Amino acid sequence: MNCKIGFYIVKEYLSWWSEVQMGPPDPILGVTEAFKRDTNPKKINLGVGAYRDDQGKPYVLNCVRKAEAQIATKKLDKEYLTIGGLAEFNKACAQLALGPDNEVLKSGRSITVQTISGTGSLRVGANFLSRFHTVAKDVYLPKPSWGNHTPIFRDAGMQLKAYSYYDPKTCGFDFKGALDDILKIPEKSVIMLHACAHNPTGVDPRPEQWKEISALVKKRNLLVFFDMAYQGFASGDIDRDAWAVRYFIEQGHNVVLSQSFAKNMGLYGERVGGFTVVCKDAEEAKRVESQLKILIRPIYSNPPMNGARIASTILNTPELYKEWLVEVKDMATRIIRMREELVGNLKKEGSTLNWQHVTDQIGMFCFTGLKPDQVERLTKEFSVYMTKDGRISMAGVTSGNVGYLAHGIHTVTK
Amino acid sequence: CSFPSPPRPAHFSAFSGCFADVMSTFTEVPQAAPVAVFKLTADFREDSHPKKVNLGVGAYRTDDCQPWVLPVVKKVERMICEDQSLNHEYLPILGLPEFRSSASKIALGDDSPAIKEQRVKRVQSLGGTGALKIGAEFLRRWYNGTNNTATPVYVSAPTWENHNGVFSDAGFKDIRPYRYWDAARRGLDLTGFLEDMEKAPEHSIFVLHACAHNPTGTDPSQEEWKKIADVMKRKKLFVFFDSAYQGFASGSLEKDAWAIRFFVSEGLELFCAQSFSKNFGLYNERVGNLTVVAKDGDNLNRVLSQMEKIVRTIWSNPPSQGARIVAKTLTSPELFAEWQGNVKTMADRVLLMRSELKSKLLAMTTPGTWEHITQQIGMFSFTGLNPKQVEYMIKEKHIYLMASGRINMCGLTTKNIDYVAESIHEAVSKVQ
Repeated sequence: MNCKIGFYIVKEYLSWWSEVQMGPPDPILGVTEAFKRDTNPKKINLGVGAYRDDQGKPYVLNCVRKAEAQIATKKLDKEYLTIGGLAEFNKACAQLALGPDNEVLKSGRSITVQTISGTGSLRVGANFLSRFHTVAKDVYLPKPSWGNHTPIFRDAGMQLKAYSYYDPKTCGFDFKGALDDILKIPEKSVIMLHACAHNPTGVDPRPEQWKEISALVKKRNLLVFFDMAYQGFASGDIDRDAWAVRYFIEQGHNVVLSQSFAKNMGLYGERVGGFTVVCKDAEEAKRVESQLKILIRPIYSNPPMNGARIASTILNTPELYKEWLVEVKDMATRIIRMREELVGNLKKEGSTLNWQHVTDQIGMFCFTGLKPDQVERLTKEFSVYMTKDGRISMAGVTSGNVGYLAHGIHTVTK
Repeated sequence: CSFPSPPRPAHFSAFSGCFADVMSTFTEVPQAAPVAVFKLTADFREDSHPKKVNLGVGAYRTDDCQPWVLPVVKKVERMICEDQSLNHEYLPILGLPEFRSSASKIALGDDSPAIKEQRVKRVQSLGGTGALKIGAEFLRRWYNGTNNTATPVYVSAPTWENHNGVFSDAGFKDIRPYRYWDAARRGLDLTGFLEDMEKAPEHSIFVLHACAHNPTGTDPSQEEWKKIADVMKRKKLFVFFDSAYQGFASGSLEKDAWAIRFFVSEGLELFCAQSFSKNFGLYNERVGNLTVVAKDGDNLNRVLSQMEKIVRTIWSNPPSQGARIVAKTLTSPELFAEWQGNVKTMADRVLLMRSELKSKLLAMTTPGTWEHITQQIGMFSFTGLNPKQVEYMIKEKHIYLMASGRINMCGLTTKNIDYVAESIHEAVSKVQ
């Protein structure tokens, strides 16, 4: 009887999950959680890349509100989208990236599927390459790259390698290092390029550098995977920000491309993105499309409507599109101005260090050059929250806090 | 620096042309077959026959054969649209907190002891599919050892075709059927079901349909569920409920969740993938929830931390619109009551169509037995039509149904039910 009770107790206690390890907190999103817990009224969140207005508040674009109002009047149903998503969104998404007169679009030799924002796009792309680009298992990321790139490709079954990109000595682009490394990449490997506003460094190649990279990548016969999460958000001009993507395609690279509308339309939580494959011809595009659907179905069946509908309405309604271009430019302009103010304030603080990279870099992020121990001090002593690599989200900087921020940075770096 | 003007089309020299050919990494990509249920709808759309009927894909239709946006959903959407304090910021990785907790209360019951004892956690997911995906990925990595792709996964014979896809995509190598549908008796093969569980290796994963089994519409009775739970416990099998039709099956949320709640009360640890596509009519907003019930709360934080990592590389964080609608509805007593009414409206129409179809077939003395039409429950009915008869229905009568003989009861209306009944009668009489 005792044995039976003992056994019963053991049986009852044993859980399936006793051996599950605690996963490490996400480094980027973990910053925001820590920020939320801080009670210092002067605290600044320079962690995750979500745009804030000059009052430090989330910003819902006017064109988004108008699009939503328009959509509400249409009394649409809620039927499932097809696996590939909203057709008018997909078309407009590709046009935005490639330009409406692009030969690729005219010939129908590309396929765009709607995805769960940029992450979902990268994952679908990674899964697709893992399954069909069997000649090479390696993806070459710039050093450094967005933290989530690595686990995405890894979970999709690919191996991660890197090419030089950021030069910590100049806080700028290590052009020579990049070319040297790219030259050594085995043929047919996948190379990841950030189309604009490199995350986390904010360092982008100049056009003439892009041209050389394109030629070298062509010579090495590499498959180009563009990640474009900030079109319009970097320079304020959507054509300018897509220049590299368009140039590569025009040079004959049949690229794969991830796009996100999280930042440039402020649709973060609606999860709006696209994945595009530029193919040899329309027939190949059809085959590729069929396989993308097979990939997507066992993940989430079909994508969410709301955000895609908003984005599609904006992109396809001339007045809203015009308004959107202005709002994107305003967001980018505010960021650029904050960069200038930060540098100005650092000089006022008496910093003798070279802060030019802050204004040379572009987009939401700035690689300050701060070391981990300096970052830790900045967080502990000033309640300024950022990732350990020294990256700050410029979107979190306002005219109200830029002085305090400069003071903090100067204090920990002098 | 100034940017160059947009690139002009390059001259495609022989070299560039060759380069493009060499570069095409996708030359060998084969054309994949389309997903059957969507192909069926596509074929239906192209058909111009005036009497055509779509009994394929599982979405609710009104008696006018129209999609139905639930009145409560319209109301709540307006509220959300007018709420200027809301924005489009990222949700947390695991989703909207008020959605997650209210959603699992729906499945487990407000007064669930598991919730009271803090043994329940949740992950907002992209529809029911997304919830299955997160659960499957977690199980492959952390269940029955680590990265044990050999753990058998049992799915009912037949089952929703995507179950196979989700689990194999997550890496499981051994996906097996458990007996479920008895074609001869047109009912549940409980003996076969129980036998397969007895024979299953310990720790096997079993995917159970909480109610309104897809595609058969055949559910175990409460007594039968008790027997199933007993074997699960004894054989240490892992319970993974798929709950896509709660409320939609009988019209009662409690009744449709009985099996889940019973299993929880028996002390079983389990996953439950919930979908709000059908019972909220929010198909395209992808609203789902993975409810995790554990024996104790300590393990759960670790489990969820690992699920977070999984979510982060698939979709980072879930879409907010659908979750907001559901959370707002479930957490307001008036809206909740209104929703229950909307759900009952849908369930009642389906029940009416079932009884009408059966009585018409009986009136025509259509060969075969037709009790299963009203014994089965939920959106689907496994008519028992064989593939040849199905082909006849599609080609000759322009009535679209799955090759398995599955029909979506929601596709039936008072206007088309006579035509459908007559067509079934014809098919069964003429085609063997």
